[in-house]
Amino acid sequence: MKLALTVNGAPVAGEIEDRMTLADFVRDHCGLTGTHLGCEHGVCGACSVLVDGEPVRACITLAAAVDGRAVTTIEGFEDDAAMAVIRECFSEAHGLQCGFCTPGMVIMVRDALARGCCGSEHQIRDQLAGNLCRCTGYAGIVKATEMARDRLAKAG
Amino acid sequence: MKAAPFSYRRAATLDEALAAGGESSRFLAGGQSLVPMMNLRLTLADTMIDISGLAELRRSAGEGDRVFIGAGVTHAMIEDGRIEDPSRGYLRHVAGGIAFRSVRNRGTLGGSLAHADPAADWPTALLALGAEAVIRSAGGERRLPLARFQLGLMETALRPDEILVGVTVPALSDLARWSYQKFCRKSGEFAHSIAAVVRDPVRELAEVVLGAAGDKPCRLGRVSALLAEGGRVDPQQLGQVVDEDVRDTTGLAASSYEFHLHRTMVVRACARLQEQT
Repeated sequence: MKLALTVNGAPVAGEIEDRMTLADFVRDHCGLTGTHLGCEHGVCGACSVLVDGEPVRACITLAAAVDGRAVTTIEGFEDDAAMAVIRECFSEAHGLQCGFCTPGMVIMVRDALARGCCGSEHQIRDQLAGNLCRCTGYAGIVKATEMARDRLAKAG
Repeated sequence: MKAAPFSYRRAATLDEALAAGGESSRFLAGGQSLVPMMNLRLTLADTMIDISGLAELRRSAGEGDRVFIGAGVTHAMIEDGRIEDPSRGYLRHVAGGIAFRSVRNRGTLGGSLAHADPAADWPTALLALGAEAVIRSAGGERRLPLARFQLGLMETALRPDEILVGVTVPALSDLARWSYQKFCRKSGEFAHSIAAVVRDPVRELAEVVLGAAGDKPCRLGRVSALLAEGGRVDPQQLGQVVDEDVRDTTGLAASSYEFHLHRTMVVRACARLQEQT
């Protein structure tokens, strides 16, 4: 089928198989390999991207179902002030080890911070429970999120 | 982990979706259970008919003393209060506890009911609220109490030519109280046990439902009757009645871990309800 949507602000069109997932579309069709595929059945959260500004799991979202919508992958946050702070904090607080889960992780952190759901460590862990880090580096991830929360609050 | 080939079709109207439905097609809403099952090839379809864009399924509206909630309303819409919650926060509480935010952004109330996983939240939560399923086919509309909608494990009363268009739930009174307790080892996973209690003396509602315990959620008759009487319930009497109901509905041995888990959740839910009154 024919598909036309916006990816990271730019229009993208193409002919795809109906069964293609959004994750395969951004990786294979758009060449945006920052979206990582861990489990491919909606368990690990590594493939999280935004559709019309809301996070979804690209491996269990059909590309066909987001025809006409605006998709943002990890490559699309270059001019995003909140993401710049989150990246800085993940670096400083050792929020990543191998880095495979990081694109999905920071996209979910950005969303949880924007919704004001990161008041306590417990809340942060609850919000990020759907994103698995196989290095088990959760302590650093939680610390980086707390750091980003406080810096963003200070910046207003 | 790639789905077998199928053809995708987006329905522009409900009538178009109904006309396209059939034995070898599946209706696709948020796809948060259906797409992984297709990816794992646990289920197959020749045609996926996408109904997630239908505006008439993404609305809510008052219907006398009940409120209609469209099947296409997402968990996140309910969690954020973007649709009317006539249940004094019950629906919002349940929605916010389903899976993870990225799943709640796409997953829908109707999709969850039609998928009919016995450990999912909506089948249990809405049964306790006295919800009614609104079902449409080309021939017209029919309504079924939720107790007669889910028939078993991932099995419902829906025929292949029918679509669940929404549910109606009662608007609860100021005197209504609820408690929703679920046990998960990890945040966001499917529950190992769910106990939902809704009591509203004005609406004559006293429902205690146990979920994630068998092939479908079950109303616990004796416990419900005990709560319907009103007044304070003696903890020892409550414990005995819960044991009887859990034994009869699950058939589990009283010495088993599962039995203990379910009876604990039901007792806890009833106790939390009592604390509020």
